[in-house]
Amino acid sequence: MLSTVISRPWIWSWVAAAAAFVMVMALTQGRGASELAYAALSFGAFAAIVGLGQMLVITLGPGNVDLSIPAVMTLAGTLSLKAMGSDPNTAALGLLIAIAAGVGAGLANFALIYLLRLPPIIATLSASLVFQSIAIWSNRGLRIKPPAGLADFATGRTVGIPNVALVGIVLSIIVWLVLERATFGRWLLASGQNLRAARLAGIPVELVRATTYVTVAVLASIAGYLLASFSGGAALNMGQEYLLTSIAVVVIGGTSIAGGFSNVPGVWGASLFMFLVVSMLNSYGLGAGVRMMLTGLIIIGIVVAASTRRIRT
Amino acid sequence: MNSAKVTGTPLVALTNAEKHFGAVRALDGVSLSIFPGECIGLVGHNGAGKSTLVNLVNGGLMPSAGTVSFPATGAPRALEAGVRSVFQELSLCPNLTVAENLRISHADLTGFGWRTRARAEIRKSLDTVFPDHGIDPNITVDRLTIAERQMVEIAIGFAPRGTQARLVILDEPTSSLDAAIAEQLLAHIRRFCAQGGAVLFISHMMGEIFDVASTIVVMKDGKIVASRPTPDFTRASLVEAMGHVAGPETEKAATSRPAFGADILNSKTGLTASKGEVVGLAGLAGHGQAEALAQLYFEHTSSWRAGKGSDMVFVAGDRGRDGILPLWSILRNTTVSILPQIARRGIVDRAAETRIAAEWKARIGIRTADVTNNILSLSGGNQQKVLFARALASKAPVVVMDDPMRGVDVGTKQDVYAMIRSEAAKGRTFLWYSTETDEVCQCDRVFVFRDEAISAELTGADITEDRILEASFEMQGVDA
Repeated sequence: MLSTVISRPWIWSWVAAAAAFVMVMALTQGRGASELAYAALSFGAFAAIVGLGQMLVITLGPGNVDLSIPAVMTLAGTLSLKAMGSDPNTAALGLLIAIAAGVGAGLANFALIYLLRLPPIIATLSASLVFQSIAIWSNRGLRIKPPAGLADFATGRTVGIPNVALVGIVLSIIVWLVLERATFGRWLLASGQNLRAARLAGIPVELVRATTYVTVAVLASIAGYLLASFSGGAALNMGQEYLLTSIAVVVIGGTSIAGGFSNVPGVWGASLFMFLVVSMLNSYGLGAGVRMMLTGLIIIGIVVAASTRRIRT
Repeated sequence: MNSAKVTGTPLVALTNAEKHFGAVRALDGVSLSIFPGECIGLVGHNGAGKSTLVNLVNGGLMPSAGTVSFPATGAPRALEAGVRSVFQELSLCPNLTVAENLRISHADLTGFGWRTRARAEIRKSLDTVFPDHGIDPNITVDRLTIAERQMVEIAIGFAPRGTQARLVILDEPTSSLDAAIAEQLLAHIRRFCAQGGAVLFISHMMGEIFDVASTIVVMKDGKIVASRPTPDFTRASLVEAMGHVAGPETEKAATSRPAFGADILNSKTGLTASKGEVVGLAGLAGHGQAEALAQLYFEHTSSWRAGKGSDMVFVAGDRGRDGILPLWSILRNTTVSILPQIARRGIVDRAAETRIAAEWKARIGIRTADVTNNILSLSGGNQQKVLFARALASKAPVVVMDDPMRGVDVGTKQDVYAMIRSEAAKGRTFLWYSTETDEVCQCDRVFVFRDEAISAELTGADITEDRILEASFEMQGVDA
């Protein structure tokens, strides 16, 4: 029983998250536990949503990664807030605009990869410059507030759980269902193991790749839309920290960097961990430099622990 | 036919060697001595214990009981005793050159100028085993064809590598070589044994075993069931000893080729096929057959669309590159091509999937306790069965097979031949590239390839080994 639990690759990110939580609590003698959990769920949700997308892309196999996530978040946040213009009852319109921006960005990314045969790392990085420029051009430095109702939703809670976390959980369940139960999930996992073998087994691999690159952009755009509403407006650097985060949560969460194996629960554990480890270092009063260095070292430690365990089993 | 010249002390001696993997007795008390000058032909079904025996001899595994010793040299380990192995699964590093690959198993090649010495050594070995091989030692292995890689691997096995090769183990060395190259290898084995070397030769090709072995050792269920000088065996008695009752020779009605309808398939390369026909692709290995089949498959299927069922399925011969999905179970590997048919609104019907996998496990005889085991837990031949099941479980009217019988034992081959025949009778078309002439001779129509093009189309009574060889070689004599 214990061994089957330990052999789950996602367990490590949850253990690490719990450890970080306990470390903070040790310092505060247990005060503020629910506040910390609430904050972790709120901020972790954004990391989890973009992490889900990055996970799908990384599952496509070596070389596949989307570095345009921050730019797509900014673009979707900017365009949707501009369309809503702080007017009430425009939340659905804003969401639609955000998703449309995501679809467009995803198609653009894949067009570069497929038509010009660019490596995804180059294609998405250069495309992100374009996305960022469009965001700057359309925004012109204005900070538009989200509609009040939407802002309330993004910062609010239902039965004690942050609404953004609920959205993240629903999206996670959808992604999990697709991966575990749907034909498309099988196709994706097969393509990630061996693209040529998948093609020869009759899988429409280019359709799978295109859909995956669009999906990651749509998830990033939803995260951007929510984050802009959550933080009272879009900012040009709002997605910045999610470049490393989106990749880190995938790796810490136990998804195979070599492709072909995804892990949804691990992404959540890792997202909570990423927030909690920063809180922990903050509450111990460490300076910014030490904090970043320790964060890096801790991530390396977790990845090593998780991967050596996987080799042994 | 070689006569055994058994002299001196054995190079390797196994006494009551056993090897258990958990509850599985892979090797169940085997005693065998190999003397200098001997060529032992080792035969048996997939899973009979041949590979385990080989791994005990070459030191890859330690026996669970019994002993393995090297009396002739007194060396404690196989490496010092001059035991070399050439494996059926190619084990070269594709990103390194031919010469650099020699260095991996030749630790003494160090210091300034080791590459030059490595080049000289591998070139000499290649020249000895395969005259006119045309392989440049400076080329990286990934640019070689599969046959050339196998040749390099064999040459590395026979190379002196600092000491001297005394016992060379060849595990299915000819399965990806064409007849002419294989003959060069057999000739070298005879020379090598005449000079006092010993060879342990594993092959599913009976002809080669009878051709080259001085002694034939038959394994079954982890035991040696027969070990006699080659002349004491006949093909029938050998097959009988292996424990598979050979069915009557597949009768091909050479005179009455069934009337096939119009061609349903016409490729740019000139391949044609009718409904229900078994079309063979023959010729020397590496003359464009595999490429022609892959191209045909890519032309007829899409990377963008997948309907309820495609027109064509592919059975890979190069399992690692083209077939196996290594992270998955046997079950998922079996059903991957038929997912759209067994899905409802995009969700896989797992009950149907389990049922189909169980059905094919029984039908094609995949040797596993549980189809949810990982695909790599199967032996190579059983992995190949999974790939057959994957293709045949679909409803695709055309099945493309790229030399799919590599490493498959005789019994399974007969079963698969029968399955192909019955599926063809139901109206399925097969395109079948094979390096084994007797397989090609079972086809209704044969295209012989030479230099990336079709050099002959044979039908009915014209499909004979002689005609195929003639079409494979024709121009080579004239050019030279």
